[in-house]
Amino acid sequence: MSQSKPKQFPLPSSLKVVAGTESAQAAYPYYTQFEPADDQRFWFYNSMHFPEPMSAFDMVTAEAAYCALGASNTRVHCLPTTLGIDHRIINGRVYIGGNAVTDPQEIARRLEEFKQRAFYYYANWERLYSQWREKMMALINQAQQLPKPELPEFEPLANVHAGLGVAANHRLLDTYQKTLEGYYRMWHHHFEFLLLGYGAYLTFFDFCKKAFPEITDQTIARMVAGIEAEIFRPDDELRRLARCAVELGVDSQFNGKLSADQLIDTLRMSGEPGHAWLKELETSRHPWFNINVGDGFYHYHRAWNDDLSMPFASLPDYIERVKAGESLERPVGKLLAERQQLIEDYRELLTTDDERAAYDQMITLAHRVFPYVEGHKFYCEHWYTNLFFNKIREFGALLAQNGFFPDTEDVFHLTHYELESAIIDLMTAWSNGSAPRGPARWPQVVAQRRAAIREWAKHETPPALGAVPDVIDDPAIVMLWGITRETLDSWLSGSEQDPNELRGFAACRGVVEGTARIVKSVDEISRLQKGDILVCQVTNPTWAPIFGKISAAVSDIGGSMSHAAIVAREYGLPAVVGTGNGTSRIKDGQRIRVDGGRGVVTILH
Amino acid sequence: MSDSGFVGWFAELGLADRPQVGGKGGSLGELQRAGIAVPPGFVIKTAAFEQFLAALEREAPLRARVAAVDPDDLAAVTELSQQLRARVHGTALPAPLSAAIARAYGQLNARQQAAVAVRSSATTEDAADASFAGLQDTYLWVQSLEQTLDRVRSCWGSLYSVESMTYRRRHGFAETDVAMAVVVQTMVDARTAGVMFTRSPLTGDRSVMAIEGSWGLGSAVVGGDVTPDRWVIGKITGEISVREISDKQICHAPRSGGGIESVAVPQARRQAACMSDEELQALRMIGRKVERHYGRPQDIEWAVDRHSGAILLLQSRPETVWSAKEAVPVDRAVADPSLHVLKIFGGGNR
Repeated sequence: MSQSKPKQFPLPSSLKVVAGTESAQAAYPYYTQFEPADDQRFWFYNSMHFPEPMSAFDMVTAEAAYCALGASNTRVHCLPTTLGIDHRIINGRVYIGGNAVTDPQEIARRLEEFKQRAFYYYANWERLYSQWREKMMALINQAQQLPKPELPEFEPLANVHAGLGVAANHRLLDTYQKTLEGYYRMWHHHFEFLLLGYGAYLTFFDFCKKAFPEITDQTIARMVAGIEAEIFRPDDELRRLARCAVELGVDSQFNGKLSADQLIDTLRMSGEPGHAWLKELETSRHPWFNINVGDGFYHYHRAWNDDLSMPFASLPDYIERVKAGESLERPVGKLLAERQQLIEDYRELLTTDDERAAYDQMITLAHRVFPYVEGHKFYCEHWYTNLFFNKIREFGALLAQNGFFPDTEDVFHLTHYELESAIIDLMTAWSNGSAPRGPARWPQVVAQRRAAIREWAKHETPPALGAVPDVIDDPAIVMLWGITRETLDSWLSGSEQDPNELRGFAACRGVVEGTARIVKSVDEISRLQKGDILVCQVTNPTWAPIFGKISAAVSDIGGSMSHAAIVAREYGLPAVVGTGNGTSRIKDGQRIRVDGGRGVVTILH
Repeated sequence: MSDSGFVGWFAELGLADRPQVGGKGGSLGELQRAGIAVPPGFVIKTAAFEQFLAALEREAPLRARVAAVDPDDLAAVTELSQQLRARVHGTALPAPLSAAIARAYGQLNARQQAAVAVRSSATTEDAADASFAGLQDTYLWVQSLEQTLDRVRSCWGSLYSVESMTYRRRHGFAETDVAMAVVVQTMVDARTAGVMFTRSPLTGDRSVMAIEGSWGLGSAVVGGDVTPDRWVIGKITGEISVREISDKQICHAPRSGGGIESVAVPQARRQAACMSDEELQALRMIGRKVERHYGRPQDIEWAVDRHSGAILLLQSRPETVWSAKEAVPVDRAVADPSLHVLKIFGGGNR
């Protein structure tokens, strides 16, 4: 190898705001803007969670999540070697940096705290987790109870006679603040167990890698993954609905010709069997259709409940299979037995009883914590996030009615501070009987920011910035982002990579060649032909219904333990997840090869 | 002595018989008993060698000369080797012995006249056979009783090869303890053959198997005459994690008139995988069964019969390289299982 100059990521100060988007950049809070001292630190682009430029409002997710993650690491469980994650925003991209603890004395001091806190959680996991579910359900309930924001011309008489003493404009602010408060709180709940859960899983993972140096990540994942996890429920419900349709004799309506709304209308008018099926639909929808088509970090990752076209698209196929005699039920008992056999077979290969005893302890701990790691996403990133963004949408509708901007969705181009100011503007105007000032201010701001997002999306952003660290020993970064020193080396040598090759996590083995279909939203699902390879930003259970149709899946986001990977394995679909930029590097219609066992995607043309 | 004193069929033998039948003979018997398919055959026991040798010793000393030779005097060892091998090879077998071998040979070939492999199976009284592996001769594709008897003498003679004698002298084996059994078994007309380690030769990982194979007889792979195809396969999962299909330019094939020869592989087959995935999975299951039977990782030679497609084992011996350095336990149990997570959170080197 030639002696090239030491490799370096660009410094934050050298990364420029795209020309013409300066005011959109300035909208992000001051504490998220890069400052000169940031050149001294290492930052990486969180493409795993935020693969596209984030609109101003959506940044609340980064803020709320890092506040809660940091608190859990730094102050609650006192992880010995790491504090929280700092975040910075440039060109709509979220860069993050860890705060490692390196002073041995400080590590030792934190270790003592950690043992009293984290070990208590491990020892009382089931009780605390069942308490968590209650807390989370209460929070969801509260969010559901929040009133729809509206400003009637006159305060309702009933409120006056009841002597309520506060008017609708105050309720507006109250609802908004509670909406935000709930979202921040949800993220605290989200991180209450998460790092501890991943840590216990990784402990077992590391043991396996030492005992069996050539074991694949997928095999370890299969030993740990739950069989009856929440992530399988939405698809299970669709299968149940397909069976119901056949049993009730309404299956002929599901011929793929009617839209979801037309279908529901038809069933509503078709008498008792149709009503019975719609009743079953309602049972499934609440809560299991509260799953969104992404990972909930963007307002436009809509839930099945908000757009039934996705789940309904798969019903005709499921109904055919039911009629062909398939049960469509997941063989839970068999899957559990297979997992147990796998664990026992590997155990048998260990050489000493000492090792077997350690293995037993670690797999037991991993199984104990994993239901949380798998289950929390449904409640947090899907259900609660849907409620949250939909509530913000209601404010968007109200503001749009009042001329603040043309479209309900435009509300997501305001930061959460700006949205509060717009609400206060409106409540003030409503109270005085004068006109709000917003309509003169926000339309051009929204237009500018929409244009900026489009512009930013055209520009590649460096995977990392700043000084290259010798080692990445921050367990949070290794755990949540899978980033190691080797990752950085591969980023640094990015230009030397085969331009036709993409690498990601090996999610589910199998080698398949086929036509790539880039699918960025639900509307595009109908473009998938049998045998196509799905290329998308993130696969999660919402995609499961079309897994019968496609031959392989490639995603931008996800690790070997991500939902994408778990679902792919469950359905035996060759998959490579976490390629980072598959949806931009692969072009629609290209012929590609997916090697799900090695985690490699090759563009063949 | 009855035939059974000289000859033992695989089905009658096991590892415990190694002092009489050598490592190879005992292993083939043990495999057959464990229900693993091996090419049928018998072992000419050490008693036959001892009787043959006793006749030679009566003419002139033999073992005493080996015991006296200086292993560092290559010229002396070479000269002695030539003399002793000539004596062994030039002496006819005692009549009862050749008759016993002829009867077994006839039984082995009762149904059809097939070629046999004649393989040395050396041993010592304490059956420390592993250390002799590869030092003695094997003859493939032997086509008649006459040739077989000739190759049996060659196998016995190979106990007095330069390498073999030097090895024994350097390691201090008593010559009177050293004996040679000979395996005679039906030759597999191999479409594909190779070796299998039931652990990773690279990392020692017991959860994977490494399989190497090439077209034709396994001698091309064992002898390093060809770069074989190579696979790494999950012992439990069956997942094929490494799949290296090489350019297999030559293969070993039977030569008319006996023995084997190296021939060019037709262009179309050179870069084709010599094993299907189904065959690899079948081989994996055989490997697991053998490993379970022995309770330790194995080093196996295998072949796929060209006609029946059956997978047969030609040899299985304990893996020695990684087993010799069986490492410190990866981890051990702790009083509070939570303590394990400190390996992740406690500042260890991740």
